[in-house]
Amino acid sequence: MILEEIMSAEVYTLAPEDSIRDALRLMEEKKIRHLPVLSGDGSLAGVVTDRDIKEAVPSTLIGKQESDLYETPLSDIMTRNPMVGHPLDFVEDAAVLFYETQIGCLPVVSSGKLVGIVTETDLLYTYIELTGASQPGSQMEVRVPDEPGVLFGVTKVFLGHNANVLSVLVYPDKNSSDHKVLVIRVKTMNPLPIIEDLRKEGYEVLWPNVPGINR
Amino acid sequence: MNKASFVFSDGQLGYKFSDTHPFNQKRLVLTADLLKSIGALPDSAIVRPRMATDEELALIHDERYIEIVKKAGRGEVTADIAENYGIGTEDTPIFPDMHEASAMLVGGTLTAVDEVMEGRARHALNLGGGLHHGFRGKASGFCVYNDSSVAIRYMQKKYGARVLYIDTDAHHGDGVQWSFYDDPDVCTVSIHETGRYLFPGTGAITERGSGKGYGFSFNFPIDAFTEDESFLEIYRTGVREIAEYFKPDVILTQNGADAHFFDPLTHLYSTMNTYREIPKLALELAEEFCDGRWIAVGGGGYDIWRVVPRAWSLIWLTMSGQPLPAGPLPEEWLDKYGPESPVPLMPDWEDPDPLYEPIPRKAEITEKNRHMMDKALHIIRSEQKHRE
Repeated sequence: MILEEIMSAEVYTLAPEDSIRDALRLMEEKKIRHLPVLSGDGSLAGVVTDRDIKEAVPSTLIGKQESDLYETPLSDIMTRNPMVGHPLDFVEDAAVLFYETQIGCLPVVSSGKLVGIVTETDLLYTYIELTGASQPGSQMEVRVPDEPGVLFGVTKVFLGHNANVLSVLVYPDKNSSDHKVLVIRVKTMNPLPIIEDLRKEGYEVLWPNVPGINR
Repeated sequence: MNKASFVFSDGQLGYKFSDTHPFNQKRLVLTADLLKSIGALPDSAIVRPRMATDEELALIHDERYIEIVKKAGRGEVTADIAENYGIGTEDTPIFPDMHEASAMLVGGTLTAVDEVMEGRARHALNLGGGLHHGFRGKASGFCVYNDSSVAIRYMQKKYGARVLYIDTDAHHGDGVQWSFYDDPDVCTVSIHETGRYLFPGTGAITERGSGKGYGFSFNFPIDAFTEDESFLEIYRTGVREIAEYFKPDVILTQNGADAHFFDPLTHLYSTMNTYREIPKLALELAEEFCDGRWIAVGGGGYDIWRVVPRAWSLIWLTMSGQPLPAGPLPEEWLDKYGPESPVPLMPDWEDPDPLYEPIPRKAEITEKNRHMMDKALHIIRSEQKHRE
């Protein structure tokens, strides 16, 4: 999947001359935490986050002082030359970038123009969808040997029950390096016949998998 | 005896997918017979259900979907088209006259509603209903039409009522929740096993409603292996606080009986103690807030021999103001169904104590459930403080 499939294309932006007060108002109104700042020619000048603002304004504990600080232009507090993404970048690569550099948003730029923004929340939702959790289904974990053909054997059982698989994730098995754990989400309320057949085929099914409790 | 109506007829037994499907309305006969054999269900209390009309179904369901279900029941729909509407699957197979059978269950819940809202009874029970997974345009999880959703919309339109929906089925009541997700005049509450493993997977505490309906959808996902005390703590605290906050005109409870230790589809460890307590609080809240108006429906429950008849009888006995029985089940009933049951029937109204081996991580599970509840209720507790 690429960034243009998950980014928000409708981006709320401000200009470098706009004030901290403008930014606060827009963030509150749109319930967002990241604002790209655009120059007059439409190119990306910087990014302002709620954290930049919190650092710049006085603590609410000081009391109700009317402060000129709220009129400070964004050009004074924004991060200049922020990291940007391209619409064709892979989501997986962007996720690594977020994780390693601990950024909260990634403006997406193409031909010198801002075309979208991706936030941590967008990425997280993409991964939630990846687990299939947004559709009704049951989930089971199958512990399998790490060898060719295993996935084929397992999915054959699902085919036998005409059961639609919503997602398959492969995790390393923490207890054994020559095993993997398949986390499978399947569109059924009654996974018992499938589980029974998987066990008949010699697979270890964990349903549910709660450490310390066996059923 | 309180005036209560028991909606039932053989017409409700036509909702049958196959002989081996876990959803089996034989439960209705087993329950009615058990009640009759202790003399707790006089013919005068039984009300025959009517069938829901197409217009009533269309209060919730897409007309196109209703047409497809009708055609499917007559064998006029191809498999790939049916599958787009969630029917013809392993969960919800096509069966003859499935539209009529499904509309009958909806009609039963509407019959129960009219009994109560028109003052013929203080409370009413339709064990044939409770099909809480049905969606606007799609069947899901053994449910074709969603009787509770239709009934709630019907109560809004016909009686202008604010409805509190309480769902204690072990599966999340997703269909009903999504039907009223943006409606502040319907409050949906679901207590269920977490969707981590169990169908349908939704029902997180963060699902609180949207738009104007924000704050009127409550979810209490409890951990697998949760036992009576923790289940009831969440139920009593959560449901009471929500009722006090929402102040309903009428309460609709969905009484799936699949949180029991014996239930093959779920991993909760309730016993009959839980099913003794659930209707008590529903009645108490209905008397306190709704001048008694309480409609109860059935739902899941896949150990139809050992669990459902006893659990569902307790709803009727509570609702009709009869003393809750203890000790042995009537011999007449045990003799009649014992030979047919694939498992030995339970001899008593109570479960044996203990029913199962102790759970190793009980204290942690109880603690985690309590944390979950505090988070789920935070929204109304902080508002309460605000008001004070």
